[in-house]
Amino acid sequence: MAKGRPIRGHIAVFLAPALLIYSALMIIPLFGTLTESLMNVTEAGERVFVGLANFATLFGDALWSDAFWNALGNNAWFFVVHMLVQNPIGIALAAILSTPRLRMAAFYRTAIFIPTILSFVIVGFVWKLILSPIWGIAPGMLDMVGLKSLFAPWLGKEEYALTTLALISVWQFIGIPMMLIYAALLSIPDEVIEAAEMDGITGTSQFWKIKLPLILPSIGIISILTFVGNFNAFDLIYVAQGALAGPDFSTDILGTFLYRTFFGFQLQLGDPHMGAAIATAMFFIILTGVCIYLFLIQTRLRRYQF
Amino acid sequence: MKTTFRLALLVSTALSGAAWAEDVTLTIESWRNDDLVIWQDTIIPAFEAANPGIKVVFAPTAPAEYNAALNAKLDAGSAGDLITCRPFDASLELYNKGHLADLSGLASMANFSPVAKSAWQTDDGAATFCVPMASVIHGFIYNADAFAALGIEVPTTRDEFFAALDKIKADGTYIPMAMGTNDQWEAATMGYNNIGPNYWKGEEGRLALIAGTQKLTDPQWVAPYEELAKWGAYLGDGYEAQTYPDSQNLFTLGRAAIYPAGSWEISGFNTQATFKMGAFPPPVGAAGDTCYISDHTDIAIGLNPKSAHADEAKVFLDWVGSSEFATLYANALPGFFSLNSTPVEMQDPLAQEFVSWRDKCQSSIRSTYQILSRGTPNLENETWGASVAAIKGTESPADIGARLQAGLASWYAPQQ
Repeated sequence: MAKGRPIRGHIAVFLAPALLIYSALMIIPLFGTLTESLMNVTEAGERVFVGLANFATLFGDALWSDAFWNALGNNAWFFVVHMLVQNPIGIALAAILSTPRLRMAAFYRTAIFIPTILSFVIVGFVWKLILSPIWGIAPGMLDMVGLKSLFAPWLGKEEYALTTLALISVWQFIGIPMMLIYAALLSIPDEVIEAAEMDGITGTSQFWKIKLPLILPSIGIISILTFVGNFNAFDLIYVAQGALAGPDFSTDILGTFLYRTFFGFQLQLGDPHMGAAIATAMFFIILTGVCIYLFLIQTRLRRYQF
Repeated sequence: MKTTFRLALLVSTALSGAAWAEDVTLTIESWRNDDLVIWQDTIIPAFEAANPGIKVVFAPTAPAEYNAALNAKLDAGSAGDLITCRPFDASLELYNKGHLADLSGLASMANFSPVAKSAWQTDDGAATFCVPMASVIHGFIYNADAFAALGIEVPTTRDEFFAALDKIKADGTYIPMAMGTNDQWEAATMGYNNIGPNYWKGEEGRLALIAGTQKLTDPQWVAPYEELAKWGAYLGDGYEAQTYPDSQNLFTLGRAAIYPAGSWEISGFNTQATFKMGAFPPPVGAAGDTCYISDHTDIAIGLNPKSAHADEAKVFLDWVGSSEFATLYANALPGFFSLNSTPVEMQDPLAQEFVSWRDKCQSSIRSTYQILSRGTPNLENETWGASVAAIKGTESPADIGARLQAGLASWYAPQQ
């Protein structure tokens, strides 16, 4: 044995490409944004360091903070709808798909997954057409079953628009939790299932008592992916409702609020510094959420090694 | 398309370079890529025929990319000789940065009224930096066949206007008015700023608001919201989710009788609609009242001070200010009206109707565009949401006025 460890130069060489690309595309812009949020321009047009003044405006000035809390609240509701609708249905679909007796499982799996690979632009446009009170098929279909009175121009009403958009997003992304859970269910060894059957645990109780505990880590991962995805969301709202996130900002989420502030809108000129402050706030919100998950939840999940 | 155009550019540059080595070539930056053919086939040949030795190339960018692309090119010093100017602050910022030359001394500037020039002037009016090209006029376009069938006269007062709407609604064949609130801007642009000048007396009110002597809580600024609140009942089912293209289609398919419009719709509607159309200006309070219209300055052209051919560019700008250009442009693009003080002969009947209002009414521009949308919250963007809230009835006109006034006063000193 040689004394001490040899310097393993190849590790650095192998890591370098990924590290360089990641730094150039992610780390440096991130720090650029963080520093930009601490700067502002004076009347004379000079760029000066202002410390936390931008954040004081964002949280202290009612004009800014109202918009911010509105966006954060909407964003939280957007996330809640996904957690309550998308993930349970995704898990249920995966459980149904993994039953061996189901015929045409491959077809269902593909059909349910297809919306996920569609562009936001297509999804937003198609759903706007479906729900359109003028040309849409939704009023006609409700009329056929005698429920026309239930129809409302959902995307145009303050009270329904955000939930409608969240459900459209659920429709689009339901395939992701389904696929992940489906893979997790398939990886449960047959011995475990057989042992359960020997003990007389079958059917639904087998799912609740045996399979669900075994896929909990996957559900955790899905939750955190949903969280990060939802708090970074922007595209669907922008495509369906525009940058003003109407009606009356009822669908405004952090992404659209950031976009309007940073790039400006119509007559409003862009404000890169306040925009960077919002981006930084978003970064810390997501960071906090991920940390809570990593340190409080994931460490307590029991893992089973097969 | 783009490649062909670039190729054409290259070829034409190469050819003209060889044949006319002494020619000067001017390049125009613009966002009007829709107008490329009109510039190439109509406007530029007319100029070149009258001014041998100067060649002009029209080089547009996509509208949404224009401001960013232009700023980058100006900073890098690679922008064209002539710059198409957006109204108000976007161009004012370019002028303040030294990217647009002062054109106050240009001879043809005398052909434009102060209102026409206001969109491209410094706040004190001391320097004008773009030659005004065109404006758009607001009003209402109506389905003349529907009006004839229902026996409705073109309304001139508000009472007649709402009586007409009631009649159309009672008949039920047509949706009285085609407008939605989904995209929000129509409510402000074709709603509030369309009917508003009649209440705040056009320029008088607009300038008083800028000076701080009138407030958005004053009756003349709140009343248009009260009128908009009555509109909701006459819009189509589910107008809350109706988009701008939806409204255009509803009208051109003949399903709606009245369309709150901007004149830019004219060429599109002419090709789409199969029925006879007419137009009327925003109705006034009582018969005989002075009418005010929104005649909004929209497009102009200026000079890049770094241009190597500033003298030739000024020849072109002078020509843009002439009545010859005005006639060419206004007829090629019905709905974009010349700002030139000399009246322009136009062929399109609908465009003629719109422009005839300039003689009998007082012109003004959209109240929120000059100076008042410079801060946060942005008054123009706020007006979009406010107009929608008024139509839907989710906020009372008085509350809207108070909210907008508070927002404006938070950053605009004369209103504090």
